[in-house]
Amino acid sequence: MDDVSFAVAPREVFGFLGPNGAGKTTTIKMLAGLLLPSSGGGSVAGFDIATGTESIKRSIGYMSQLFSLYGDLTVEENLQFFSGLYGVPRARRAGRRDWVLEMAGLTEHRRRLTRELPLGWKQRLALGSAVLHEPPILFLDEPTSGVDPISRRAFWELIHALAGQGTTVFVSTHYMEEAENCHRLALMNRGRLIALDAPARLRAGMREPILEVRAADSPRVAEALRDAPGVLEAGMFGRAVHVMVEDAAVARRAVLERLAARGLRVDGIAEVEPSLEDVFVAKVRAAGGAVAE
Amino acid sequence: MTPGSPAAEALLEVRGLTRRFGALAAVDGLDFAVRRGELFGLVGPDGAGKTTTLRMLAGVLRPTAGDALLGGVSVARDPERVKPRLAYMAQRFGLYADLTVRENLDFYADLYRVPRAERAARYERLFRFSSLGPFQGRLAGRLSGGMKQKLGLSCALVHQPELLLLDEPTFGVDPISRRDLWLIVHEMVAQGVTVVVSTAYMDEAERFDRLAFLHRGRVLALDTPAALQGGLAGEILALRAPDPRAALAAARALPEVRRAAQFGDRVHVTVGAAERDAPAVRAGLAAAGVAALALEPVAPSLEDVFIERIAAAEPAPGPAAGGAS
Repeated sequence: MDDVSFAVAPREVFGFLGPNGAGKTTTIKMLAGLLLPSSGGGSVAGFDIATGTESIKRSIGYMSQLFSLYGDLTVEENLQFFSGLYGVPRARRAGRRDWVLEMAGLTEHRRRLTRELPLGWKQRLALGSAVLHEPPILFLDEPTSGVDPISRRAFWELIHALAGQGTTVFVSTHYMEEAENCHRLALMNRGRLIALDAPARLRAGMREPILEVRAADSPRVAEALRDAPGVLEAGMFGRAVHVMVEDAAVARRAVLERLAARGLRVDGIAEVEPSLEDVFVAKVRAAGGAVAE
Repeated sequence: MTPGSPAAEALLEVRGLTRRFGALAAVDGLDFAVRRGELFGLVGPDGAGKTTTLRMLAGVLRPTAGDALLGGVSVARDPERVKPRLAYMAQRFGLYADLTVRENLDFYADLYRVPRAERAARYERLFRFSSLGPFQGRLAGRLSGGMKQKLGLSCALVHQPELLLLDEPTFGVDPISRRDLWLIVHEMVAQGVTVVVSTAYMDEAERFDRLAFLHRGRVLALDTPAALQGGLAGEILALRAPDPRAALAAARALPEVRRAAQFGDRVHVTVGAAERDAPAVRAGLAAAGVAALALEPVAPSLEDVFIERIAAAEPAPGPAAGGAS
């Protein structure tokens, strides 16, 4: 984690996107008051992250990749346990428990042992446990890692529902597609913030055009284009090749010439809207290609 | 093409493959065949049975029932005869952190008895696709996560296997390394190697020649990406609206809409027929006070297909839609 600066507004769903080792978990832990920064500082809900960690912990909900649920307790018992832990007033506990069961779709399964639940349900229960005390700020560290797509979609609906009711949500992910669900995104690589904006603005703001080349032998096409004139980057994207170039018209000719010279047949070439993955690759390049060091 | 494709063209035949751990069937009666030269995907979430399946195919885990035949040789009865013909890269591949990139390759080349005369050319080719050439002298323990994965894959490929089994090779890997990894995989396929890859990333599924959607140890669907997309019941309209959450709720209430889900700033609405139902959807949304900025047919993603198949296989209770109110 190295020199990251940003501000997040209430009700925002703010994402940290980056590969393993990019510093997402470390950033979230520092914001959640679980880890002290080596230098720099910040404030969460008005409390200093270096000196106000105890106050921060009372203002936030936190859910990590390894949910801290008790497998040998029932769904209900887990909620009871966390209500106590988070200091939910006794008079409010039953109401909060029922609200969470309803939100997570677990009302009918309240008496089941937690360890018997499918992963996607455990994940919703863990989210519910983290918001029992109605924290204004919620930290979710790779909450959807490994769950099936139906559960993942359902989970994102819950996140947006909570934000709609006033919660500020920080969420980390390494899924490029999923990151589109955030209002704003911090792209992280090797402990550095390499870009920060709304997903649509990140895509729209990309200066380097992307040419998509369709060919039968796309691996050879990608390899042949890596050092072609005017080409910044070439890589497989699905079955096609995405080529990041300096100028679309100039590069298009250079690309076709290079492929013809190598005897590689092209089925189609067109400029396409960049994906978030393209944006990420471009930002890493602009930051000095740090991934490959 | 479904299981039961002609045995003559199958390199790998999986028949009723099952593995139980106690009462749990992690893999539950899988049947499929992988053709020689095919890039075949096992796609599914954690717990779907991907790793257990690959470990059985690699001959390192004995099936509880059923079998898989690699070129006619049984992985259950004769695993030692299967192993030399394949390469298997587990999620945690055994690299030696205190050896350099080059020394790791040498180690695996010795292990697989790759003739010395052939090594230089083979390394050169692996370096070309992996971009690891400039880092030959670096200790493996000092590589980034993505570079470790590329080195692991290169080590698995120093001998020339007929079958390459890769367990989530791109999980959590940075996008640049991910592209390099896929380049190596496609290069192997171009050379005639048969490759079976597992992934939990839906956006990777369209790369495969054919893929099996795995869910709770079973095959939910198996076909080419195009056939799976074409086989989706209903069609999809992509809706853009100023408030996607309000649009989602309004769309779900319409009789024409079978399913609706938010994708970032868009809502994917599943209807019976896109052209036919679009006017009614637009009118219904307007009546609910939702202005549709755009409503147009889009090709279904493989995630749309997977979701439909899961929903069809098990009408599981999800969270109450909009229950957090």
